[in-house]
Amino acid sequence: MIALVDYDAGNTRSVLNALKRLGVEATLTSDAEVLLSADRVLFPGVGHARSAMDTLQAQGLEAPLRDIKAPFLGICLGMQLMCAYTEEGHTTGLGIVPTKVVRFEEDASRPVPHMGWNHFESIRPRSPLFKGISLEDNVYFVHSYYAEVDDATDVVSHYGVEFAAAIRHDNYFGVQFHPEKSGDVGLKILQNFLDLH
Amino acid sequence: MLKKRIIPCLDIKDGRTVKGIRFVDIQDAGDPVEQAQAYSLAGADELVFLDISATVEGRKTLAELVARIAETIQIPFTVGGGIQSVEDAKRLLDAGADKISVNSAAVRRPELISELADKLGEQCVVVAMDVKRNPEEAFSWTIVVDGGRTQTELDAFEWAQEAERRGAGELLCTSMDHDGTKSGYDIGFLQSLRQKVSIPIIASGGAGTPEHFAEVFDEGRADAALAASLFHFGELEIPTLKQFLKTKGFPIR
Repeated sequence: MIALVDYDAGNTRSVLNALKRLGVEATLTSDAEVLLSADRVLFPGVGHARSAMDTLQAQGLEAPLRDIKAPFLGICLGMQLMCAYTEEGHTTGLGIVPTKVVRFEEDASRPVPHMGWNHFESIRPRSPLFKGISLEDNVYFVHSYYAEVDDATDVVSHYGVEFAAAIRHDNYFGVQFHPEKSGDVGLKILQNFLDLH
Repeated sequence: MLKKRIIPCLDIKDGRTVKGIRFVDIQDAGDPVEQAQAYSLAGADELVFLDISATVEGRKTLAELVARIAETIQIPFTVGGGIQSVEDAKRLLDAGADKISVNSAAVRRPELISELADKLGEQCVVVAMDVKRNPEEAFSWTIVVDGGRTQTELDAFEWAQEAERRGAGELLCTSMDHDGTKSGYDIGFLQSLRQKVSIPIIASGGAGTPEHFAEVFDEGRADAALAASLFHFGELEIPTLKQFLKTKGFPIR
């Protein structure tokens, strides 16, 4: 069973639609037991980090989300919440990776949010999520904050600075971009996630 | 490198695509879901749907339409037209829209932008503004509302800055002077606007040739360029346009 974390942080419909396109039905749930027993857990999210963490806390989901044994995929805000800390609302995240999330500095040549299609600067060899994906492939980003590059970084992209486009720790994966909105490239990455074993 | 986006825009009325010039002479132009899929396959980077239905029935149709579009395409899309409240916006986002755009309602009640940004996140709030050159004063543009029918005295740059301050994630700027003319985007306006705000700008109004897109990305410094009739009637195919821009050295997906 594929579970999607339901914590009122948007765009679950798009992720469900993308999974459906891959022939997979997913369950939208905020039940800790269901999440802990799922074969895959997807953790999408858009919006503000602080209100999202407040909701997770109120739902009692912080501890269970740190305890998932199956492959787990955080998307966009979901990935940022997997980090230790985000500058957005000075919020403490789930701390699955020790990474820090900071805001892009805006300047005249680089509007913020970083919005639109961008490619990858480097992909860690043998990263299972990016099997068959090349540096020339483009994916869709929308974010004003970014995870700093560190040991947890699997894929690096560039927008004025280098930032983590994807992170990994054991069974936990996170992507800053929206695979569900990134055409065929995004579907391939989701398929790679479903194919993990 | 972040790519320059090419965005076809579809005007929707009662669930059908329609087209008109300068917001008048409305004619039926087909099924939005089929067109969305065709544009997506042709390499459109994003789509914008603007609902111009005047009735409650027409608005209901919109949420159903958005759900069908979201099931069909795998690229981001924005929906606008008649959004007056967080509830209106949430209904469309829940149906599968990635962003919503507000125009006249935000001019009348600017708090709407703050409410949308707070509740739904800045990344999904597009503020659409229709601007007209001020004939009385050089380098001055004012805001027009109600689909081009009502002239206000609101200065376009002041409004853009207020929208940004209130949490707009992006601006969609249509030049009423250039819209439908196929004479090129309003480069002067866009250049000035770029110096006033630091959120992404989608240029709209006036596209007629591939060179106009090169001009709006280069001199106009736009992040994205929108066009409607040029694409609908096959006057310019998106793959041809993108190839042209690539050979000119622009970052294009």
